[in-house]
Amino acid sequence: MRSDGGRHWASGAVFLATVAFLYLPIAVLIGLSFNASGLPTSWGGFTTGWYDRLFANDEILSAFRNTLIVAVCATAISVVIGTLLAFGLERTVRSRVLDAGSFVPMVIPDIVLAIALLSFYNLVFTQWMGVRLGLWSVILGHAVFGIAFVSAIVRTRLRHFDDSTVEASLDLGATELQTFRHVTLPQIAPGVIAGALVAFTLSLDEFVIAFFTAGTEVTFPIQVYSMVRFGVTPEINAAATIVVGFSLVLMLVAVRLRGQEDTA
Amino acid sequence: MRSARQIARRGLQLGPALTWWTVLLVVPVGLILAYSLFRRGTYGGVVYEFTLENFERVVDPIYLKVLWFSVRVALEATVVALLVGYPTAWFIATRPKRWRTFLLVLVVLPFWTSLLIRTYAWMVLLNDEGLINNTLESLGLIGSPLSLLYNEFAIVLGLVYGYLPLMVLPLYAAIERLGPDLREAAQDLGASGWRAFLTVTLPLTRSGVWAGCLFVFVPSLGNFIVPDLLGGGRSQMIGNLIQVQFLKARDWPFGATVALAVIALMTVVLLIQAWMNARDRREEVPGAV
Amino acid sequence: MTMIRTMRMRGRLATIAAAGAMATGLAACGSEIEEPTTSAGAATAAAETEAPATEKGTLTISNWDAYTPEGLIPAFEKETGIKVKMAKHATNEEIMGKLDAADGGGYDLVFVSGPFAQALHKRGWAAPIDESKVPNLKNLYPEATELGYDPGNQYSVPYTWGTTGLCYRSDLVSEKPDSWNDLLDPADDVKGKTTMLATDRWLLLPALKQLGYSANTTDEGELEEARDLLLKTKDTLLAYDDTTFYSKLVSGEASLVEAWDGWCNYGIAENDDIEFVVPEEGSDLWVDAMVVLESSENKDAAYEFINWVLRPDSGASVVELLTYKVPNKAAMDELDPALVEQFPNLGMDPAELLQQESLQDLGDGQPTWSRIVTEITS
Repeated sequence: MRSDGGRHWASGAVFLATVAFLYLPIAVLIGLSFNASGLPTSWGGFTTGWYDRLFANDEILSAFRNTLIVAVCATAISVVIGTLLAFGLERTVRSRVLDAGSFVPMVIPDIVLAIALLSFYNLVFTQWMGVRLGLWSVILGHAVFGIAFVSAIVRTRLRHFDDSTVEASLDLGATELQTFRHVTLPQIAPGVIAGALVAFTLSLDEFVIAFFTAGTEVTFPIQVYSMVRFGVTPEINAAATIVVGFSLVLMLVAVRLRGQEDTA
Repeated sequence: MRSARQIARRGLQLGPALTWWTVLLVVPVGLILAYSLFRRGTYGGVVYEFTLENFERVVDPIYLKVLWFSVRVALEATVVALLVGYPTAWFIATRPKRWRTFLLVLVVLPFWTSLLIRTYAWMVLLNDEGLINNTLESLGLIGSPLSLLYNEFAIVLGLVYGYLPLMVLPLYAAIERLGPDLREAAQDLGASGWRAFLTVTLPLTRSGVWAGCLFVFVPSLGNFIVPDLLGGGRSQMIGNLIQVQFLKARDWPFGATVALAVIALMTVVLLIQAWMNARDRREEVPGAV
Repeated sequence: MTMIRTMRMRGRLATIAAAGAMATGLAACGSEIEEPTTSAGAATAAAETEAPATEKGTLTISNWDAYTPEGLIPAFEKETGIKVKMAKHATNEEIMGKLDAADGGGYDLVFVSGPFAQALHKRGWAAPIDESKVPNLKNLYPEATELGYDPGNQYSVPYTWGTTGLCYRSDLVSEKPDSWNDLLDPADDVKGKTTMLATDRWLLLPALKQLGYSANTTDEGELEEARDLLLKTKDTLLAYDDTTFYSKLVSGEASLVEAWDGWCNYGIAENDDIEFVVPEEGSDLWVDAMVVLESSENKDAAYEFINWVLRPDSGASVVELLTYKVPNKAAMDELDPALVEQFPNLGMDPAELLQQESLQDLGDGQPTWSRIVTEITS
């Protein structure tokens, strides 16, 4: 095999340890979701009763649905605008100020952004236009930082982009659209996917901005934070377990589909 | 001289982002930060009397102590995340193509579950009678429980745990681009595995390293959940401080001042990086790998 | 083609494709935008599937999660035809922050603690309680109309009340505690197994009471004395904890904690070795109250809701759900004696409760408090 096999062994070990580290609390909360005792500190026997309660709990289910809507929309907007911005910053314009500025949204403390947005929305939308806040106002806020993250990641991809491949493609007679689809896009795709994952992940669990700008809508983080008044009940752990299970299934399906069209 | 096409392209690429940020970031946040020049009302709110007293207050030693603690802890978390995240990203990026997205998502998946819930799970794991101490004791490795909770160790662990995917993802994007040929070429030219890594691979993934570090450092600085729960509320960080000012103290002017100080500090760091970026780009030969 | 031209074209194509994708994406997500409202009654959130609003309108309330008994709202909706939309907040500070940023708007009625009701009133956002529309006010104890933050209940109506004290495992402590000093300067067998509440008002409370000062003091000298005392205590503490202190007691991780009386009952429910005591130096009187917002366009519905909550059966179900005391005499009289036997602090006499100091807004003293708390917890 390749000569950097030695490093592969070490990185593989770190990878396994990392995955174990990441999933340890998940294992705990899955276990606790079956705990008949309401408290995490004592085991009261195995039960699936919390799951029954969960599925009967409309609030949690609709909160989760709202969160998905917000995350998908915010990610879509962030990917498109963020990728455009990445092209602009890496190709079209050489500005140190804009370069630094494109990271600023990440640097704003989220409570400041949340309160700023609510004050702004209140002035413009509620008082002047008479529009109620809802999931849309959360989406707008999440895209603010989503764009910054996507742009930063796609830019690392564009940094050393090989223009000669594009030039060759065009010289060989491909149209610009074909070139973009078959030459440019595949090369930046890993960056776009990574950026989309970041934006999606951040939006899914984002509480502060959502709480302040969602009006009376409830997203999953808002629901969880409000329920934690009593510490984390097994019902919440059950909800978290469902999320993990659902994501796992989704991912396996996606991998299956991609595996069928990909070549090694 | 710029053609109309070039201007249009510039507009289409930069326009949406800049407009979005101007309307939804610069204006609203600017207004809030402007409160730092005014006074707090007796029951909250802002009294529009110009004053610089907030800036005098913010340099009080207690706040500098909080800032220093936050920066230190955030740096610790960033370094640990980098040491853990780089090999992880490397491993994923060097797998066969069809495995990569799957492995990436595997790493990211836990973060689709509420961080708050997972932090509470860590409290169950780390306390004196928790799983970790119990396991170590029953294996005979320790005599009495290790103090793993309500201290700085727990805070750093919680921060690394919370932001690790933000380190892995940009690193992955940067490493994956390199391709095996480059690494092999460096070694063919005589550099040993480690030397090839340090002199060729690492510098070429620098932008990914920078992005990853930024993505971990900044949110760590502003986090308030981890110091409250895993830290036992014993050590305040800047995130707590700002939150407290805006919500508990209802002192928006002072909260705005603290936020302004943090944003200003970070912006200086960003500008330095942008400067170094521009210098690098000038040194590169266009079109080369 | 020249290189320059190809680069330009490529860039343009990318941008056009992306712009198209963005437009489609925005169109899909844009359907989330609400239609302009004309009145509170007409607007309901698009994401919810609810019964349609009637002419009596919608009531938008913000409350802590699971803080009203399950049957209360549906029964209210059925009886009055008013639709209730419940938003949640986890802390007083959060809902205050929201109201602050939205200039007192967004809700018809909010549940907040006493000092915050006072602040809402001072900011001009609390509507006066129209007593003619809330006849069940007569169900309140006379003591519940003498609350320091709102004497006469002019702009708020109390919902639950109680005090703060020491919650402990009688089987894990050698001597039963009866003074704040037992927490502030703990005995050796209890060191490292104590917690204090993290919220500023209750963080300083034990020290202030121990030193004989008011829980509402804004005197810097007094606060600094309290701070010095608490800094010494910090070394003996396990943690500052607002949410899981009672489960720490149940598991034995802690043996003596500072707790609100109602919360101590959650621990008692799990382990009857747990007991509650109000220290001899005295404590606070906390109240969670309902406030109607001045910006509300449906105040009559809000008054009807308050009236409903003040019914004896409503009050009794609140006690059963939360194991908190309610200031509703008619409800407390109807209480199941077995409940009081299991949770002794439910039987606390209102007159005794009124001897504790009612918490009030700190006004201009708030920033000093916050700084002192930062000095303690950092």
